[in-house]
Amino acid sequence: MSAPAQIRVRDLSMSYGPCLVLERVNLEVEQGSFCTIVGASGCGKSTFLRLLLSQETPTRGTIELNGTALPPEPTPDRGIVFQRYSVFPHLCVEDNLIMASEFEAARWTGRLFGGARKAAREAVRDTLDRIGLTAARHRYPAQLSGGMQQRLAIAQALLKKPDILLLDEPFGALDPGIRADMHELLLGLWEELSMTVFMVTHDINEAFKLGTRMLVFDKLRHDPHAPEAFGATVTYDLPLTNDRANDQESTRPSLDELLPSRPHP
Amino acid sequence: MRITNRKPSRPTAFLLGLIPFLGVLIAYAVASHTRRLENPADKLLPSLADMGAAFMRMAFEADRRSGNYLLWLDTWDSLWRLGSGMLISTAIALILGISIGFVAHVRSGLAPFVATFSLIPPITILPILFIIFGLGEVSKIMLIVIGTAPVMVRGVSQAVMDIPREMIIKAETLGASVWQMVTRVVLPQTLPQLITALRLGLVPAWIFLVSAEAIASTSGLGYRIFLVRRYLAMDVILPYVAWITLLAFIIDRLLRLLSKRAFPWHHLKGDSL
Repeated sequence: MSAPAQIRVRDLSMSYGPCLVLERVNLEVEQGSFCTIVGASGCGKSTFLRLLLSQETPTRGTIELNGTALPPEPTPDRGIVFQRYSVFPHLCVEDNLIMASEFEAARWTGRLFGGARKAAREAVRDTLDRIGLTAARHRYPAQLSGGMQQRLAIAQALLKKPDILLLDEPFGALDPGIRADMHELLLGLWEELSMTVFMVTHDINEAFKLGTRMLVFDKLRHDPHAPEAFGATVTYDLPLTNDRANDQESTRPSLDELLPSRPHP
Repeated sequence: MRITNRKPSRPTAFLLGLIPFLGVLIAYAVASHTRRLENPADKLLPSLADMGAAFMRMAFEADRRSGNYLLWLDTWDSLWRLGSGMLISTAIALILGISIGFVAHVRSGLAPFVATFSLIPPITILPILFIIFGLGEVSKIMLIVIGTAPVMVRGVSQAVMDIPREMIIKAETLGASVWQMVTRVVLPQTLPQLITALRLGLVPAWIFLVSAEAIASTSGLGYRIFLVRRYLAMDVILPYVAWITLLAFIIDRLLRLLSKRAFPWHHLKGDSL
C-alpha cells in the first residue's frame, strides 16, 4: 500500500440544482486496483463514474490523476463501457474496432482506405478472436445479442490502452450465465493490461467476485422531509482478498447490511 | 387469433392496399356516368376515357402554338424548380442542423431564430420574393427553400440531439476531434433522418411550387392547372393532379429505397413507412 495513489479524490461534492447527490467523497486508489462500486439506486454511483470520466464537472472538490487535475473533458486515457449505447450502430463490428486507429491516422477524413484499412482490420483480428466475434465481424451491433454487444464495447473501450477503465453497470442487462463468461473475459483483460478498473454494479456478488476493493456509496444522514438535502459518500471501503477460489458466497454481507440507513420494508 | 397478432401475406397486403384506390376510381366512374346521363356535355366530371385522351394529347401531341410537348415541358420545369429548391434546403438543413444540434453555442445563437423563422407563413413572403428577385426562377426556388428549410433544419438538429450522449463520449475516449466526431459519428447517424426530413419537406415543397407557378409563371405543372382552369378543363386538371401525385409518390419511394440501401443499419428494427 506504499505505492503513490494514481487517483486522488478530495472533498468531492456534486449537486444538480438543489439536489445534492454526492457529498464529501475522499478516496485514494492505487494503479491496478479493481474497484467495484455498489449502493442503492440513485445514490450517485453513476454520477461518481461520470465525474471520473469528466463527463461532468464536480460542484466542489477535486479529482487528481497521477498528481494532476483531471482534464475537463473525456480523453483516451480513460475508457468507458456504458450499459447501453456504447458501440456505434452504423458501423459493423470490425469497423467499430478500427475506429480508434482511423481517428489517429486520418486527421481530416477520420477514415482509412485501401491497404491501410486492410491493415487496420488485420490488426484487430486477435481482438475479434478474443471476444469471440470473428464470425460476426461484418454484422451491425443491432444484429448482435446483448452479451456480444457488451464484449464489443469492452474491446472497443480498451483500444486506446486506457490507464483507467470505467464500467457503468456493463452487465446489468445480461443473463446470469453470460455474465459469468463476461467476468472471465474482463478479469483476464484486467490482469493482462494492469489498468485500474472502476465498475458500478447492482449485483453485490459480482462486486465481491471481481473487485480487489469494494466501495459502498450511501447517505450518512437522512432528512425524511427533504430527501435531497444530503448527498451520498463512501460509507464502506472494503479491501477484498484476491483469493477467488476460496471466496465463499455465504460469508458475504448482503447489500442490506451494508446500507444500514435504508428503511427496511 | 387476435387481429393485432395477424399479419397479411404479401399478395393479401397488396390487394388490401389496392382496395381504397379501386374504391375511389369506381365511385368516380359511377358519379361521372350518372352526370353524363343527364348532360352528355358535362365538364365537371369527365369520363375516364376523356381524361385519358386529354392526357395523351398533352403528352404526345405537340402544342399547336409553341410546338412543345406540354406535359413533359411542364414536368421538367417543375421538377427542376423542386429539385433545386430541395437541394438547397437539404444542404442548409444538413449544415445548420448539425451545427445547431451538436454545438451548444450555435444552438443558443440560432435555434430561437430558426424556430421563429419557421413560423412565418412562407406564402406571405412570396410577394416580397417577387419584388426582390423578379418573376423568374429564383423567386420560385427561394419560396420552396424558405418554406421547407427551417422545418428541415429543426428536424435534423433534433435528430442530432437525439444521438445518445454516450456515443459522443465514447468517440471522445477513442481520441476523436470535433471534426472527426461530426464526420464519423454525427453525420452518418443523421443522414437517415435527413432523408426523412427531406421526404417530409417535399410535401409542403409541392404546395409552394404549385402556388408560385400558379401566380407567376409561363410553364410548370401548377401553371398549366391554373391556366386551363379558365376553360373548366377538368379533363386536363384531374390527370395533371394524378400525375403530380404519381411523381411525388415515386420520389418518396425512391428516397425510402435510398435510405434502406445506403443505411441498412438504420432499418434493422421494425417497419417504417
